Amino acid sequence: MMKCREAHKLVIRAQDAPLPLRERLALRFHLLICRACSSFERQMEFLRAACRRFPGNDDRD
Amino acid sequence: MDDETLHQEAARLRPMLLRFARLQLRDEAAAEDAVQECLLAALTSKQGFAGHSALRTWLTAILRNKIVDHIRQKAREPSVPAVDDDGEDKDFDSLFLPDGHWAEAPARWGDPHRTLENKRFYDVFEACVEILPSKIARVFMLREFLGLETDEICKELAISTANCWVTLHRARMRLRDCLQLNWFGSEPGGVSV
Repeated sequence: MMKCREAHKLVIRAQDAPLPLRERLALRFHLLICRACSSFERQMEFLRAACRRFPGNDDRD
Repeated sequence: MDDETLHQEAARLRPMLLRFARLQLRDEAAAEDAVQECLLAALTSKQGFAGHSALRTWLTAILRNKIVDHIRQKAREPSVPAVDDDGEDKDFDSLFLPDGHWAEAPARWGDPHRTLENKRFYDVFEACVEILPSKIARVFMLREFLGLETDEICKELAISTANCWVTLHRARMRLRDCLQLNWFGSEPGGVSV
């Protein structure tokens, strides 16, 4: 069973390169049952989304 | 869009563009140059602006290229690694207990769409990016703001892949902590669990 430490590492890795299938599946499984790591994954997705929106679409002057 | 309107709009957007360039180049003169080149390129190739996208989106896209050019030029000068190359394991240590569990479980950040619609959020976001150490910020912005792949970044900045990973990891953790502290943890409209 994957530990959070390992899952965190894979979530970070996945931000920059596709994971091998076996690791991807193991991570998916961990995220299904671990609230902390799935929150962390969402935080990373959010960071990326915020960067993509900034500054072209944030509509400030 | 006629010339006059384009000039007016470009002038109106200039402060926003300058702020974006300054944030990434961390150098007033270089930021001014990049924005100047961007506006010049925009005004001389305005047929490139089909009107499909907002003018600011178009200008931002041009500016991104100009910023990458500036960073490339600067990267040719001898440089030092973005961070001490002491491996990412050390970075992970502080986040986790010896048994492999989170020392502090990451929080739910609520509805991302609602946050991203909130204009005030970007003030906090920008402030958090601004306080990143410049070497870390440079790598992070090449990746996330300018959309380069990590191997391109390694090549441009002449740093190792391992160094690039560690640097990106640090930037993300710092930004996460900053947003947690200054937005999600304190902003009444920011969090909905």
